[in-house]
Amino acid sequence: MRALLENRFAVTAVILFGIGLANMLLQKNLIKKIVGFNIMDSAVFLLLASRGFVEGRVAPIVAEGMADASLYINPIPSGLVLTGIVVSVSISAFSLALVQRIYHAYGTIELDELVMRVKKEAD
Amino acid sequence: MRPFVENFPFFCIFLAMAVGILLSVSKDGRKAYWISLAVTAVVAVLSAILLGYLMENDLSYTYAMGKFPAPFGNELKVGPLQALLSLTFSAVMGLSLLGGQTDLFADVLPAKQNLYFVMSNLILASLLALTYTNDLFTGYVFIEISTIAACALVMAKDTGANMMATIRYLFMSLLGSGLFLIGVALLYSITGHLLMPNLHDSVAKLVESGQYQLPLTVIIGLITVGLGIKSAMFPFHMWLPDAHGSATTASSAILSGLVLKGYIVLMMTLFVRVFTLNTLIESGIINVVLLFGLLGMVFGSLRAIQQTHIKRMLAYSSVAQVGYIFMGFGLGTEAGIAASCLHILVHACTKPMLFCCAGRLGAVSGHHKNLANMRGSAHKDVVAGIGFMVGALSMIGIPLFGGFVSKLYFANASLLNSQAMAITLLVIAVSTVLNALYYIPAVLAIWSRPEGSSEHSCQAHGKPERDVAFTVSAVCFILLVFALGVFYQPAIQAIEAGLRLM
Repeated sequence: MRALLENRFAVTAVILFGIGLANMLLQKNLIKKIVGFNIMDSAVFLLLASRGFVEGRVAPIVAEGMADASLYINPIPSGLVLTGIVVSVSISAFSLALVQRIYHAYGTIELDELVMRVKKEAD
Repeated sequence: MRPFVENFPFFCIFLAMAVGILLSVSKDGRKAYWISLAVTAVVAVLSAILLGYLMENDLSYTYAMGKFPAPFGNELKVGPLQALLSLTFSAVMGLSLLGGQTDLFADVLPAKQNLYFVMSNLILASLLALTYTNDLFTGYVFIEISTIAACALVMAKDTGANMMATIRYLFMSLLGSGLFLIGVALLYSITGHLLMPNLHDSVAKLVESGQYQLPLTVIIGLITVGLGIKSAMFPFHMWLPDAHGSATTASSAILSGLVLKGYIVLMMTLFVRVFTLNTLIESGIINVVLLFGLLGMVFGSLRAIQQTHIKRMLAYSSVAQVGYIFMGFGLGTEAGIAASCLHILVHACTKPMLFCCAGRLGAVSGHHKNLANMRGSAHKDVVAGIGFMVGALSMIGIPLFGGFVSKLYFANASLLNSQAMAITLLVIAVSTVLNALYYIPAVLAIWSRPEGSSEHSCQAHGKPERDVAFTVSAVCFILLVFALGVFYQPAIQAIEAGLRLM
C-alpha cells in the first residue's frame, strides 16, 4: 500500500495508459478511438512530468534573484511534455479532420459499418 | 572552426523543412513539383559530397545544434552510413516523384497539389532527421511528423478506400508511437538522459551493476514493437497492403521504399548506439526480432502469391522484404546489421521502381490494376516492362542485380550465428522460391502477347502517349539497381565504415 502511495503518479499513469490503449483498440467509434489515443498520451505525459517533479520546489522561472538551482524542479521533463502536447494536438487535429471527411463521404463513423460500405463500393 | 562541409546535414534537414512549409502558400502545383525535385537533387548532391569527405577522412562527428553543451543541447551524429542513407533517400524520393508524375497530377485535385509537395518535403526532412539525430526525443518528434505526412500522402487520392486505408494506418501508427513514447519516458526515468552517447553509458552501467534489468528489457521491447508497428514488422503489418496498395503511384513508392526505412534506421541506430548488441542478446529481444523477421519473409510472400491486384502484391512483397531486414538485425552480429543496411539500400531503390513501373503499365493498359487485365502491357511501354522485370529479378535475388548481393551478405552473416544458421539459411531459400513464385508469373503476364493480334489491339486503343518523366526515372532506377548489383564494393565499404564509426 505504501509503495502504491509513493508511486501514485506512476500507478495512475499505468492505469490511464491501459484505459487509453483498450479504448483505442476496442472501440468501434472513430472519435472514441481518438479520445482513447489522447488518454494514452496524457498518461505518458503524467509519467514524464512526475519524474521531473521534486516535492517542495517550484517551476524554474528565475525571478527576484532566486538563482539557486536547488530551489527548482527538473525542467527537462516539463519541456518534453510541452513538446509531446504539441505533437499530440496536431495528431488529434489531423485525425479529427480525417474522420470528418469520412463522415461526409459515408454518413457514419462506426468502423464496422464503414468497412461494409467500402467493400460494397469495391464490388 | 569546423570545415564547412560538416554543416551539410543541418542544411539538408533545414532546406527540406523550410521549403515544405513555404510551399503551403504556393498556388501552382506544377511549380511546387519542380521546386520539390530541385530540393531532392540539392540534398542528394550535398549528401554525396559529405559522403566523399567522410569516407576520405574516415571520420564521424557530432554536430551540436545551438550553443548548449552535450547533456542539455540537441545533437546530430554524422558518419558515412548516415550520409549514404540520406543520399539514397533523397535520390529515390526525387526519382519516385518523377516516375509517378503523370498519376500524381491525375489523382490529386488541382487545388490541393501544392499540399502534396508540402507533405513530400516534410517526409524528406523527417527521414533525414531520423537518420542523423543523436537525440531520442527529437527522434520521437520526427516520427510523428513523418506519420502525419505519410498519412496525408495516402489520403491524397481522395477515394473511400483510401480514406479507410488512411484511418487504419493512422491508428496503427498512433499505437506504435504511443508505445515508443512510453518506452522513451521509462528509459529517461531510469537513466536521466536522452542523448544517445549518454544513454549508452548509463545503459552499460545498469547492465554491469545488474540494476533495473526488467525495466530495461521492457523498454527495449516497447521501443522495438513501437517502431516495428510503424515499419510493418510481420505480425503488425495489417495496415500496409491497404495503405500502399491503394495510394497514388508516387505515394506508394515513397511509402514502401522510404518511410518504412526511416523507422528501421532509427531502430538500428538505437540497437547499435544505445543498447549495444550484447545487451540485446542477453535480454532475448533479439530472438523475437529474428523470429518476426523469418515469419515475415515467409508469410509476406505467401500472401503476395494470392494477390491479383498488382500494387497489393508489391505491398505484401514489402512485408517480406522488411522481414529480411529484421532477420539481419535478429542475427545479432555486426555482419547481420551490415547486410540489413545493404538490403535497406537495395529495397529502397528496387521497390519504388516496381511501383512506378506498375503504375505506368496500368496506365498504358487502360488504368487496370489487375494482373489479368495487364497482359501484354509491357509491349506498349518497353521501358516500364524492362524496369518491372529488373525489379522483379532483383527482388528474387538473381546475380547481377542488387537483391542478389544483399541476400549473399545475409547468407554469409547467418553463417556466423551458429544457433540460428540452419533455420535462417532454410528460410532464405524458401523465401527466394516464394518470391519467384509471384514475380515470375507477373513478369510473364506483362510480356506475353494478348489473345488475338497485338497490332489490332494497339490500333484500337491508339498508341499510348509517351511519358518522358517516367522513362527518365525508370532508366535511372534500372542503372541504380545494376550499380548496386555489380559495383557494390563502395556501398559495402561505406556501410562497414559507418557501423564502425557509429
